[in-house]
Amino acid sequence: MPMPPVLKRLLPSLLMVLLGLAGLYAVTVVYATGETLLAGVMLVTLVCFVWIYTSKKTYAYRYLFPGIGAALIFVVFPMLYTIRIGFTNYSSTNLLTFKRATQYLLEETYRAEGATYTSELHADGGRWRFRLEDADSGAAFATEPFALGAEGTHLTLKAQPATGPLPGDEMPLKDLIDRQPFLKGLAVVMPDGSQVRMTGLREFAPSRPQFTRNADGSLTNNETHDVLRPNFKTGFYETADGESVTPGFQVDIGWKNYVDIFTDTSLREPLWRIFTWTIVFSTLTVVFCTALGMVLAVLLSWENLRFRGVYRLLLFLPYAVPGFISILVFKGLFNNNFGEINLVLNGLFGIKPTWFSDPFLAKTMILIVNTWLGFPYMMVVCMGLIKAIPQDLYEASAVAGAGPITNFFRITMPLILKPLTPLLISSFAFNFNNFVLISLLTGGLPDFLNTSTPAGTTDILVSYTYRMAFQDSGQKFGLGAAISTVVFLMVAVISMIQIRSTRIAEDTKR
Amino acid sequence: MAIVIDKSQRWRVVAAHVFLICLCALVIFPLLMVVSISLRPGNFATGSLIPTTISLEHWRFALGLPVTNADGQVIIPDLPVLRWLWNSVKVATLSATTAVLLSTTAAYAFARMKFAGKKASLVGLMLMQMFPTILALIAIHAIFSRLGHTFPAFGIDSPWALVLAYSGGIALHIWTIKGFYETIPAEIEEAATVDGATPWQAFWRVLLPMALPIIMVIFLLAFIGAVNEYPVASILLRSQDQLTMAAGMKQFLYQQKYLWGDFAAAAILSGLPIAVVFILVQRWMISGLTAGANKG
Repeated sequence: MPMPPVLKRLLPSLLMVLLGLAGLYAVTVVYATGETLLAGVMLVTLVCFVWIYTSKKTYAYRYLFPGIGAALIFVVFPMLYTIRIGFTNYSSTNLLTFKRATQYLLEETYRAEGATYTSELHADGGRWRFRLEDADSGAAFATEPFALGAEGTHLTLKAQPATGPLPGDEMPLKDLIDRQPFLKGLAVVMPDGSQVRMTGLREFAPSRPQFTRNADGSLTNNETHDVLRPNFKTGFYETADGESVTPGFQVDIGWKNYVDIFTDTSLREPLWRIFTWTIVFSTLTVVFCTALGMVLAVLLSWENLRFRGVYRLLLFLPYAVPGFISILVFKGLFNNNFGEINLVLNGLFGIKPTWFSDPFLAKTMILIVNTWLGFPYMMVVCMGLIKAIPQDLYEASAVAGAGPITNFFRITMPLILKPLTPLLISSFAFNFNNFVLISLLTGGLPDFLNTSTPAGTTDILVSYTYRMAFQDSGQKFGLGAAISTVVFLMVAVISMIQIRSTRIAEDTKR
Repeated sequence: MAIVIDKSQRWRVVAAHVFLICLCALVIFPLLMVVSISLRPGNFATGSLIPTTISLEHWRFALGLPVTNADGQVIIPDLPVLRWLWNSVKVATLSATTAVLLSTTAAYAFARMKFAGKKASLVGLMLMQMFPTILALIAIHAIFSRLGHTFPAFGIDSPWALVLAYSGGIALHIWTIKGFYETIPAEIEEAATVDGATPWQAFWRVLLPMALPIIMVIFLLAFIGAVNEYPVASILLRSQDQLTMAAGMKQFLYQQKYLWGDFAAAAILSGLPIAVVFILVQRWMISGLTAGANKG
């Protein structure tokens, strides 16, 4: 379709203005719901977007914006946010924001004195009416018709005395259940001036809001006339004598989580043991995988050996099978009672090791499985490095009468160990955080006895924080995030060592 | 190779073969066992590697077909394996597409353009890669559960949340594609520019068609990565119907409900295609191999 040139020139800027306005509208809507952080992130993204795609100076950034933006928002931001959460009391008891916790309390109701009514909801054209019948006297009332709305809308309806049943069909129970969140927000004013609310699926009773908000932010309990004040140190509304009322809300608690990690004995004790095991686990994994991988690489680089391609493919298989599948396969094979490995061991030696309930055996099993998973990578890498060793070195050593063992320890290993170092460190860093293996194989079990929060003998630091946050110990997000932050620092140190060793490896290459 | 041939060499060759064959047997044993287990009748049955009676009940279970057990009871499979597989494919396709779109464009700027902060952002991407996502799990959970209050489509239990969460992990892909672009002479695009093409046209019409092989590889790697990803999927997805294969598979091996045979069939069903694709693309993973580590 031919377009007038003026329009063609103006169209992009026009589109940009429209997009910008639509974005601003969305930001405002989100801000109005109280999600300040989200609105802020959206606003920054929007401003960057409009600036980058309109300014001529930022042309290169137009290509970078989507990719780098995604990386910043979904990788860097979560990391910073983890650190942030580490300074809060975010947990299952303090899950909500202050605003939502207040709202939750304000929506609480209590049942006041007065008559109760059985209710029926009848259709009335496109709208609905309640029929209320006094349970004691049998007097019937009908409300004015109303339209169904969304949860959170508050309607006040007037009821008039009614005779006989209402004409329309009654709402089916299933719909009634679906609509309950909305219907609970209705208030019905009876002819005598009393106010009733829905207290059950088929019941209305006088109910009043439990709390009323005062001008200074405190809440007054309408039933007991206690005054609740928010305590921003503990994250709870508290009565005058210091009793806290659930739900709590998130507040900053400064360094408390960190202080707990390093001083609370019930926490420090298992944490220290878990840390030690994490180090042992990742070190031994790297040692075993490298040793096996290197020996295999040497063998598979030996030209006098036939069928090397077949061996290579077969030995590479563990690397190709998705980790979550092979780990679970081992979980089944090692099963104490029905596992195939114990069947074989029982048949050969008459033993049935309890792989999952004995801490030492569980750790052994983890190392066996992780070596199986990890050696092919080291094998492939070492094969590449061996190819780069000049052949004349071996020829010279053959002339000197050296055997293959001498060759391996004097030539091959020293020469590939140096370029291998950065990879060994990154492999260490990976296994330091090898959550998938621990989580799927043992889940950290067997647990330590006598610890305040569940902690396992095979848990590594990351699987421990996962359990703390998402499994058996009450969603301690704040504490878990604090531990994660400490692990962040450890990873940063490992990375620094790695970068340095990479630089050394590259320098020696030249 | 060595000029002097040792007398003991023949023995060494034999010894090497014996060692390698034993090791291969050890490595392959678990994989063959799974095939055998998936064909055995019953979830607790034991037997030799080659099953004496072949039963397809586990495969029927994995495919969601009703199974009649030994007592004549009909069991309807309660783990929606095919549904999980479909979820995995859906999430992986979407996030691989996203990864390709985001990383090809960003890599173009890094390979061909001059701009402030280029070196710093490249190093920054590399550093980002070093910190595992798993450390930010709590924040990711918090972010998406809050996002879900405002935009339910991107909240907990939505495949879109997973796609968004994966979309940031493109640092390695950007490096790989940038390396590939740099092997293509810039003169070809410059010629196009001389003929009046805008930089966007030079990228879209000239460079990108030439980079098709690497785009395919990145797509497949991102696809496999998303299918295999477990930690984020396990915290963002809750309801049975939304789970991906990686997040759902462990349900086969709960202590109180141990479905070993059914697990084996489902494992082959989902694992085999991925393993084959992986073997086909792994030789392209040069950068991935040297920068990565163990598998998880």
